[in-house]
Amino acid sequence: MASMRILIIEDDREAASYLVKAFREAGHVADHAADGEDGLAMAMDGPYDVLVVDRMLPKKDGLSVIGELRAAGKETPTLILSALGQVDDRVKGLRAGGDDYLPKPYSFSELLARVEVLARRRTAGAPETVYRVGDLELDRLSHRVLRGADEILLQPREFRLLEYLMKNAGQVVTRTMLLEHVWDYHFDPQTNVIDVHVSRLRSKIDKGFDKPLIHTIRGAGYTVRA
Amino acid sequence: MTAVLPREAVAVAKPGRIARLRTLFSTTAFKIIAAYLAIFVMFAGFVIGWLGFATQRLLTDQLTETITAEVRGIAEQYSIGGIRRLVEVVDERGRRPGASLYLVATFGGDVIGGNIGELPPGTLGRPGWIETDYRRAGEDAGDRPHRALAQVYGLPGGFRLLVGRDLEERDRMREIFGRGFRLSLLVALILGLIGAYFVTRRVLKRVDAMTEMSRRIMAGDLAGRLPIAGTRDELDRLAGSVNEMLGRIEALMAGMKEVSDNIAHDLKTPLTRLRNRAEEAMRNASSDEAHKAALGSIIEESDGLIRTFNALLMIARAEAGNQRENMAPLDLAAIAQSVAELYEPLAEEVGMTIAVNAAPAMVTGNRELLGQVVANLVDNALKYGRPAEGGGRVALTVETDGGEAVLAIADEGPGVAEADRGRVLDRFVRLEASRSRPGSGLGLSLAAAVARLHGGTLTLGEARSGAQPGLKVALRLPRLAHDAAAPPAA
Repeated sequence: MASMRILIIEDDREAASYLVKAFREAGHVADHAADGEDGLAMAMDGPYDVLVVDRMLPKKDGLSVIGELRAAGKETPTLILSALGQVDDRVKGLRAGGDDYLPKPYSFSELLARVEVLARRRTAGAPETVYRVGDLELDRLSHRVLRGADEILLQPREFRLLEYLMKNAGQVVTRTMLLEHVWDYHFDPQTNVIDVHVSRLRSKIDKGFDKPLIHTIRGAGYTVRA
Repeated sequence: MTAVLPREAVAVAKPGRIARLRTLFSTTAFKIIAAYLAIFVMFAGFVIGWLGFATQRLLTDQLTETITAEVRGIAEQYSIGGIRRLVEVVDERGRRPGASLYLVATFGGDVIGGNIGELPPGTLGRPGWIETDYRRAGEDAGDRPHRALAQVYGLPGGFRLLVGRDLEERDRMREIFGRGFRLSLLVALILGLIGAYFVTRRVLKRVDAMTEMSRRIMAGDLAGRLPIAGTRDELDRLAGSVNEMLGRIEALMAGMKEVSDNIAHDLKTPLTRLRNRAEEAMRNASSDEAHKAALGSIIEESDGLIRTFNALLMIARAEAGNQRENMAPLDLAAIAQSVAELYEPLAEEVGMTIAVNAAPAMVTGNRELLGQVVANLVDNALKYGRPAEGGGRVALTVETDGGEAVLAIADEGPGVAEADRGRVLDRFVRLEASRSRPGSGLGLSLAAAVARLHGGTLTLGEARSGAQPGLKVALRLPRLAHDAAAPPAA
């Protein structure tokens, strides 16, 4: 994915410098603001693709920063980081104008995957009706899936799983992201339920073809790419 | 060895007494009694004062009437017989026992008759009513003068007549009333103080006993309870509810202790494992590949720890019961179906099936929490509910039962012994059989906490559908009344 400009608003210096470094290693440009006021000023002026905002910040809390940005007409996609991982807290964050929410402690691969999806959502134009990856084709209107010339029959849930993977083709999609977008649950499944669903889907999509399209990214999740 | 008299104890006894008295004065009971005492004294003062005033008025009226009548009578005699007759009548009347006071004088002030020895000068100057000091005829100048109420009357011909009555009686009455008031004040004060002392001492004794007990409880004797006198009064009611509170606190503390013991065990174990792996990797791993594998397992271990922490937090939040704001009407059947669908491939992988039989049942709830709970229960059933002979079916049912919506998960596994059923709902409790398998031991506690948050219950029973007893976990929630009329789920 193309390089993004990311602003990290986080008061914990160690966590922030770790994030800046990790984003740079992933090929992105990352800036850091240590409190809510600086963060708001930088987010207002800078051409950022994504904001990563800690919920609890000195001077101005994260939700107020987002609220003021939105009030000023800035629609920069924003991911909220919070030590409060509870359901109601998540709802509050999204209601305040956040686009995604990640409870601490998080894995960087999870954060990276989510930030990349947020950034791309911004650059994407009108929603496509047909997704294509290699010789795989998914028609969102007729609900038909073709691999080359062969039609593949999918269960409704399998269709939605593939749809979400293909919508974010080329990007890493984590298990929790799949659970969130395909099942609309935000809890952490204790076992490998998502993996089983993906492997089922994979057996229908990739079995018998030379070139697999669904790839497992170790320690992170899955991606669909040609 | 002989016992030594505790000298300090003797020394502090006296200030202790004073302090005791001081606390006695500052008690509520004492203050109330003091207030009543003040009201009583004010009331008594008012009654006695009013009586005294009325009596005085009555006496004065009588005196005035008598004097007026006498003046009239004497004036009549004067008009009949002139000044000579007048002096005769006055002298005669003045000699009677208990006589009024009389004085006849010329216009110039020369006394020509009567029984008054001495008056303050100028008394006869103006006709009308006066209160004046006087001495009777024959009394010494050194004697104490008396007081009298008198009328000075100007007779035709310039003579002056004074008729009066002594006021001794009236003043004595006033004194009697005054004394009565002071006496009743004193008696009320003494009785009030004695009463207050005994009442407050009785109350104080009980309060002191409570204070003493609560200090002991604060010092760590959590099993202690406040004494109850059995009189069913306010103090007993207070002690009763405090005792109930203490019971709850004791239970919570016991729970806390158990949890912290379990945390010590169940969190320290993976932490130790984590540390060991890191150490081992540092010592032994020679290749990049080995390092990566070690780091991978470390991350995995810490993920497990985070999961445990999250579950603990969720339980704590659910038990605090402050997530009601995120509740909305929802269909338990829809949750059951979506969770079953989520776990169906997993079940298939381990050779089991999930059968859903769900009728619409509306409840007010938090979809995330309920989804998590149902997922935990299904996960449990798939992990521990497998029959010995393999295969197995997990039955997920939703039905309504009167005012309740019941979601039940039944498996065909070994089940849970009746004695263990209450215990497995506690945090971190994992039956020995499951200890070797993954899991935090928090799934059922979370389910129970979420059930409580929704005003429902979680019960464990036998499924009895297979060869083995099986476990049936039932989540009963209060049903929304109008769901019977709701259209069946599309």
